[in-house]
Parts: sequence; C-alpha cells; structure tokens
Amino acid sequence: MSEIVSMVQSVEGRAIPIRGNDIDTDRIIPARYLRAITFEGLGEYAFEDDRKSNPDHPFDKAEFQGARVLIANGNFGCGSSREHAPQALQRWGIQALVGESFAEIFQGNCTAMGVPCLTASAADITKIQDAVTQNPQQELSVDLKTRKLTCGDLEIDLKIPDGNRLQLIEGAWDATGMLLEGQEAAKGIAEKLPYVSGF
Amino acid sequence: MGKSLFHKVWDTHAVRTLPSGQTQLFIGLHLIHEVTSPQAFQMLRERNLKVAYPKLTFATVDHIVPTHTVGRPFADDLAEKMMTAIEQNAKEFGVTLFDLDDDRQGIVHIIGPELGLTQPGMTIACGDSHTSTHGAFGAIAFGIGTSQVRDVMATQCLAMDPLKVRRIDVSGKLQKGVYAKDVILNIIRNLGVKGGVGYAYEFAGETLEAMNMEERMSICNMAIEGGARAGYINPDQTTYDYLKGRPEAPQGEAFDRAVEWWKSMASDSDADYDDVYELDGAALEPTITWGITPSQAVYVTEKIPALTDLPDDERHLAAEAYEYMGLKPNAPIAGMPINVAFIGSCTNGRISDLREAAKIVKGHKVSAHVKALVVPGSKAVLRAAEAEGLHEIFIEAGFEWRGAGCSMCLAMNPDKLQGNEVCASSSNRNFKGRQGSPTGRTLLMSPAMVAAAALAGEVSDVRTLLN
Repeated sequence: MSEIVSMVQSVEGRAIPIRGNDIDTDRIIPARYLRAITFEGLGEYAFEDDRKSNPDHPFDKAEFQGARVLIANGNFGCGSSREHAPQALQRWGIQALVGESFAEIFQGNCTAMGVPCLTASAADITKIQDAVTQNPQQELSVDLKTRKLTCGDLEIDLKIPDGNRLQLIEGAWDATGMLLEGQEAAKGIAEKLPYVSGF
Repeated sequence: MGKSLFHKVWDTHAVRTLPSGQTQLFIGLHLIHEVTSPQAFQMLRERNLKVAYPKLTFATVDHIVPTHTVGRPFADDLAEKMMTAIEQNAKEFGVTLFDLDDDRQGIVHIIGPELGLTQPGMTIACGDSHTSTHGAFGAIAFGIGTSQVRDVMATQCLAMDPLKVRRIDVSGKLQKGVYAKDVILNIIRNLGVKGGVGYAYEFAGETLEAMNMEERMSICNMAIEGGARAGYINPDQTTYDYLKGRPEAPQGEAFDRAVEWWKSMASDSDADYDDVYELDGAALEPTITWGITPSQAVYVTEKIPALTDLPDDERHLAAEAYEYMGLKPNAPIAGMPINVAFIGSCTNGRISDLREAAKIVKGHKVSAHVKALVVPGSKAVLRAAEAEGLHEIFIEAGFEWRGAGCSMCLAMNPDKLQGNEVCASSSNRNFKGRQGSPTGRTLLMSPAMVAAAALAGEVSDVRTLLN
C-alpha cells in the first residue's frame, strides 16, 4: 500500500540567495508561529524577524518573488527539529535548496516533504549567489539525476546522500508506505528486543 | 575489532535495507508533545492509519504550558487549541498522555528518564531536537520532524542512514564552579556547531564517568547544538542505580536481567571509532556564550574575541553577533549587565541544577533591576525541590518560583524577553529571537552562573561566591 507520490527529478526556475552561515530554524520560522495544529499559512511568516530587521531581505525583494531554489551557505537549518521551517519555505514557493551544508534534521524534514537539499563547494555557492544577485531573472536548473546545477554558463557539481536522492527521484520520499511494507519484519525485531517483549 | 554502543543498538534495531539503501530502523520508544504531533495525527487520519505500537508511545505537554498559572482554558486561544488537540489525539489513538493534571507531567526530556521510560540500549525518537538528551542512558535518541513523527506513529520505524561515531574523551577533575554545562559548551566551542554533522557523539572519559545522570543528560542534551543528531554515554553502575525502582523500569529479578543486557550493549573496549577528540576537563573554566550560536563562547575570564582572533569563515557571523548582542570585540564578558535570569529547561531544569543554583543564592538577594525566575523541568522536580525547601531559598532571594514547563527557553508560552533585554539563561540556544523578543539577547551558562549573574546584576564568576 505504498503511497503514490510524485517523483522529484529536477527543479527549474529562478533562485533566491540567503547568505550567511548557521541560519537556524528559529530564524526561518519564529516559535510564535508554532502555536498551531496545521502548517497552513506559514509561508508568509518565513524569516519574519530577519525581514523586519533588514528591509533588504531577499524574501521581500520584488525581483525574487516566485523563486523556487534557495541558495544557502553553511549549516542552514540548524537548531530546532521543527518541520514548520521547511514547511514555511515550501509554502513561500521554495522547491529545492542548494547550500554549502545543511543541518541533518532539517535535511531529513525536507526530504520527507519531497524538497531536495543538495550541497556544493563554498566557492561554487558564492558563484551561484553572485550570479543570481546580479541577474535575479536568470533561470537555473537543479538536476538530481545528473547531480548538476546549470545557471547560464555555470555548470556546478552537486552532492546529495544516495538514499535521499533515490527516495526523491523514485517518488518514494514519503517513507510511510515503504515502512509499512516492512511491518512483519519489524514485528520480528520487536519480539527480539527484551525491553519490548519483557526482560 | 569490537563494536561501539551505537553500532550494537543500530544492528539490534535494523529491520531491513530499504530500496533507497537506507535502513528501516525500529524505534523502541516514541515520545510526543503538543507542538510537533497534531499535524502527524492528522496525516494518520487522512490515510486511515493507526498508531502501530501505542504502548511504546507516550505524550506530554510542555512547550506551550504557562508556568505561572495552568488554569484552563488557557488565555492564549492558539495554545488552548493545541492542548485540546493532543488530549483528543491521545484518546482517539490510545496513547498515554501525561496531561496538566497528571503528577508525571513535565518537559518531555525530563520525564522520560524520571519515569524510567528511557533505558540503555533503546532507540528513541521524538519530534524535538533535544531528544539527544536520552543518550545519557546509553540509548540512541534522535530528534525528528513531523513527517517522521507520522512515520514512527504509523510503523514504529524510521528510514535512516547510519551515522559515523566520534568518541569525545574528557579527562580530569572539573574545578569547583565548573559544571557539565561548561564541558558541553567547550566541546561545541572547539568542534563547532556543525562539527558533529553526520556523527553520533560518544561522550566518554573519567570526567563523564564521575558525573551523575542529570549532569550526563545536560551534556547529551546539547549534542545537537554541536551538529550531532545523537549523543550518548555508555551505561554504567551510575545508570543502573538511577533506574532502579523507577515506575517504568523493569522491577525485581527482571531488573537484574535487564542490567545484564544493558551491560552487553555498552561499547567494547576495543571498539572502532571514526574519529576521537580529547578534552582536558581540569583546564576548563566557567563558560558563557556571547554571540548568536552556541559555539560563540568564552571563559568568564576571557574577552569577546576580535575578528582577527577568528578563522575567516567565522568572521561574518561574529560581526553579526557583535551588532545583535550590542557587544564590542576585546571587551571582557564579565561585568556585562543582565536584565533577566532564567533557570530551567530540558538542559538544566533538574533537581541537581536547582540545588547547585540554590547554594549560590542562599542568603543573598537578586539585583534590583533583574527579573529572575526558576522553572522546574517537571512536576516531580518541583515536588522534590519544595520538599527540600529550595523554593524558599529562591523566593527569599527574589526569584519567581514557577510551575513545570519549557518556559523562557523558547518563548511559546507567556514567558518571553521584552525588547532588547539580556538574559542569563541555563537553556540551550542563544539564537536571534529565541527567547521571544526579535531583539532579545541570550547568554548561555550553567545554572550556578545564572544564579551568580542574577545576584550581581551582571555576568560574574561564580567561583568568587564558592569560597
């Protein structure tokens, strides 16, 4: 009973640069917006406090509206495990992230939502961020099959953990169905664990 | 070559290799709270799925709970809706909930160990990054997001890639006035906030072995602040003594059999590690964060680093931190005025934290311009503290004595910083806006250092009060 979900093989569109290392999930979505029982409406609050303190924040710039690929630096999404952070970005319009590195829980949350996180070298990230800043209308393409980003004349090598890549390109990023198929085997493991079956 | 605890636990819980190449990993204990679970329960409903192993699933309420009054309905409609949701969900799906009227309620990472739910050799998951705390017992505990909470509810499993293991060996006896919090802040300072990405941290060495379980929990709690999704300490006699007699721990002869199994799960003496890092615990001093990530930390005797003291890739963030925190490079951190002092959180809201802080506070007064609060991490901690009279020490000194909850660690409840207040905090994150004001400023430190700062009205060296 695998869920039928869409394959994520490539993302094409314009990009938005979010510069800086260690941008945490409290900054992506402040905790006050976690007081809710759904993820609806989170998109408009993405980076709210950063945007208030910085009138030049890319999320408020007309030229970056409609961007689909977020270009980040190191350790993006560190901190809290709140899936509200990638949910807010996705609801704002982000369909893929490319950065120097991502925090693991954030990357896991993104994958489970069908949003790929790919990495590139610091030098290549700077090149992409500069290119997009100079020409926000530049379309780029993130290809999970070839692990390449193309942006005008730029062609950049990307990395993504093999498991995440396969889940996305085969449309198996929603893990529930896949895990349900292993329920008999899981029961066998549970029975062997003394703390589950009783010491 | 022997195996580490991480690999033993992983291998014991590995169900199968998934088509993606990841491992289907069985999760032995699933802890849930009101913030990251409602959407997951809704996804189960939409797919007509049940909680597969309700007896391995426990819920509590902590993040949104007001700590000055818990009368229902809450003044905050949104918080009240979340409370109602978890109450209904727990009932509908057959999950035990430690609700506000339950003596066992408290912060999820405090009550799991307290009740004996958290045990060595387990895999544990919770929709909360500080789940690494439970690793103090020799469990492998992961923070997960809501879609993965759904996966665990529906299947008691996660799809995961294995982690590498870095052994962090801390040696020597800590100086008086130096605590577990200082040890972990220095590990993060030295290895960086992303140093642990891809790793589980095995904390080891004589300094850790000498620590009680609560100190060990403070260490593992902040593994995630160093980028490590899981952190753990091998179980030993201290672990078994802590667990004996706890309501959810094995009882009688079953306990003895459990100890044998727990011992067998500890890392072998010839275990192989992907990396080893050594730290001299005896050299550490009381430590404080000055910036906007937990690795931006100094000893209380040090100055705020100048850009030229820092590697190139840290300078941009340091410049951002000077501006946000209102600090100047090369200025001493000691003497920085504070407005608020917060003792509590899943990092440092346990009884031994309150005892250490009370020792500092006893017979003194909180500085006139400081708002100071003590928030026990659970109702059990609150009861224990009141039985010992700690609350009276705090109240006489001018602290507010509150009910159990996450409080000012993350500002999802009425406890928040205002404007650009500076808070000496025993919590775990000093991110911009973390404590509820978009311009609020957080200085992380041990509970004893928070107590010292509350009395002085400024950052001060707790060691001067200990002699």
